[in-house]
Amino acid sequence: MKVSFTLNGRRVEVDVEPNEVLLDVLRLKLGVKSVRRGCERAECGACTVLLDGKPVYSCTVLAPMVDGRTVETVDYLASNGELKPLVEAFVKVGAIQCGFCTPGFLLTAYSLLRRNPQPTVEEVKKAIEGNICRCTGYQKIIEAILLASKLYAEKRSERKEE
Amino acid sequence: MFYKLPKFNYYRVTSLNEALKLINELEDFKVVAGGTDLVMDLKIKRYIPKNIIDISRVKELDYIVDDGDRIRIGALTKLQEIVDSPIIREKAYVLAEAVNQMASWQIRNIATIGGNLCNASPAADTAPPLYVLNAELKLVSVEGERIVPVTKFFHGPRKTELKKNELLAEIIIPVEKDAGASAIKLGRRNAFTLSIVAVATLVKVSGNKFTDVRVALNSVAPTPVRATSVEKALTGREVSLKAVEEASKLVVNDIKPISDVRASADYRREMSIVLTRDSLLKSLERIGVRIGGEE
Ligand SMILES: Cc1cc2nc3c(=O)[nH]c(=O)nc-3n(C[C@H](O)[C@H](O)[C@H](O)COP(=O)(O)OP(=O)(O)OC[C@H]3O[C@@H](n4cnc5c(N)ncnc54)[C@H](O)[C@@H]3O)c2cc1C
Ligand code: FES
Ligand code: FES
Repeated sequence: MKVSFTLNGRRVEVDVEPNEVLLDVLRLKLGVKSVRRGCERAECGACTVLLDGKPVYSCTVLAPMVDGRTVETVDYLASNGELKPLVEAFVKVGAIQCGFCTPGFLLTAYSLLRRNPQPTVEEVKKAIEGNICRCTGYQKIIEAILLASKLYAEKRSERKEE
Repeated sequence: MFYKLPKFNYYRVTSLNEALKLINELEDFKVVAGGTDLVMDLKIKRYIPKNIIDISRVKELDYIVDDGDRIRIGALTKLQEIVDSPIIREKAYVLAEAVNQMASWQIRNIATIGGNLCNASPAADTAPPLYVLNAELKLVSVEGERIVPVTKFFHGPRKTELKKNELLAEIIIPVEKDAGASAIKLGRRNAFTLSIVAVATLVKVSGNKFTDVRVALNSVAPTPVRATSVEKALTGREVSLKAVEEASKLVVNDIKPISDVRASADYRREMSIVLTRDSLLKSLERIGVRIGGEE
């Protein structure tokens, strides 16, 4: 069956089997490799995408369920500059080791900061509950998200001054 | 690819009527709402249905309405919408408190309250708060609708009161005045985990006596349960730490825990007592009654 949705700002139409999950369609049919295959059972967050602007796991969404909806991944948010302060913060603090989990964390953190521009440490921890990182021990990821919150605030005040 | 889902026909419906007609006609189907339980169950081939009916776009079942003396929640309301709802936070906070401890943000953004109930896991975390709120469920079919108390809805693991041609449409919560309620969940870790046991309690006090006491638990029996022994022991009694501690011990009469990968039956029994006590004390605190207990 044909499924059509907005992927990273662009309308795509793709032939799917009803029993395919969004994760597979993105990786195998649409070449979006930033969406990672981790546990495949809604437990690790590596496959996180934004569905209509909200972070969800693409490994438990049936492909036909996204028809007509909007899917965003880090590729898009990086290319349009939206993600820049977060990426800067992750690099600066050293919140990336192997990088496997990073796209998922970036999308979750991005959604958190849009919903809550100045989160507390507890709020950051709560938001990233569903993302697992085998390398960093989370401390640096939490620091990076808090730093990004400041960088976004600076960006906003610069924009106001212009 | 580690998992391959079985093949099925996919149907998408956009109205409740369309959904009810289809489930009345089709054989061998499963409906999918958020899919967080069902897609995993397809992956592990617990279910191999011929047909999948996607009800996630039935907008008319996605709402939270305040009718004054009761709140109505559409079955397709997402868990995160419940956590964020000012209506629920103000008038049925214990539900928001429990739901906020479920799964993860990514799951709460797509999983529905109806899916949690209809999946009928003994560990369903929306059950204890809905039990103590005396919630009712509206079940609908082409033949009409009926209302059942949530405590009558679960028949066993993955078994419910729903007939083959029925859907859960709505959760109805009577608004309690002057009640204190709280929900506590114990898992293998603090976040993103199924419960070893979860407890919700609701109390009303007048003239330093318990006038209404409700206690419910999950993961300690084939279905979520009300702890009627604890409730009976406290109702009418003078409020004191001793009374709460004695009554909490009786919870073991109301539960039938098993040992599984998450915990042993003995541990579950011990923890049911502790959590019942803690939750009762917290519920009392929320109506301004402090009688001690450890922090
Ligand atoms: C990693 C992980 C962690 C989880 N953690 C928790 C947790 O902490 N606590 C907890 O309680 N649950 C947890 N769950 C379970 C699950 O996320 C919830 O039960 C969720 O609310 C299910 O909702 P859904 O909309 O995704 O249901 P679906 O998967 O769409 O449906 C579940 C079942 O209900 C049926 N159904 C759905 N809606 C209706 C309806 N309106 N009428 C009739 N039948 C219907 C479906 O046919 C299916 O059998 C977890 C799941 C995963 C994968
Ligand atoms: S791959 Fe989807 S959560 Fe792990
Ligand atoms: S950096 Fe390796 S898993 Fe997170």
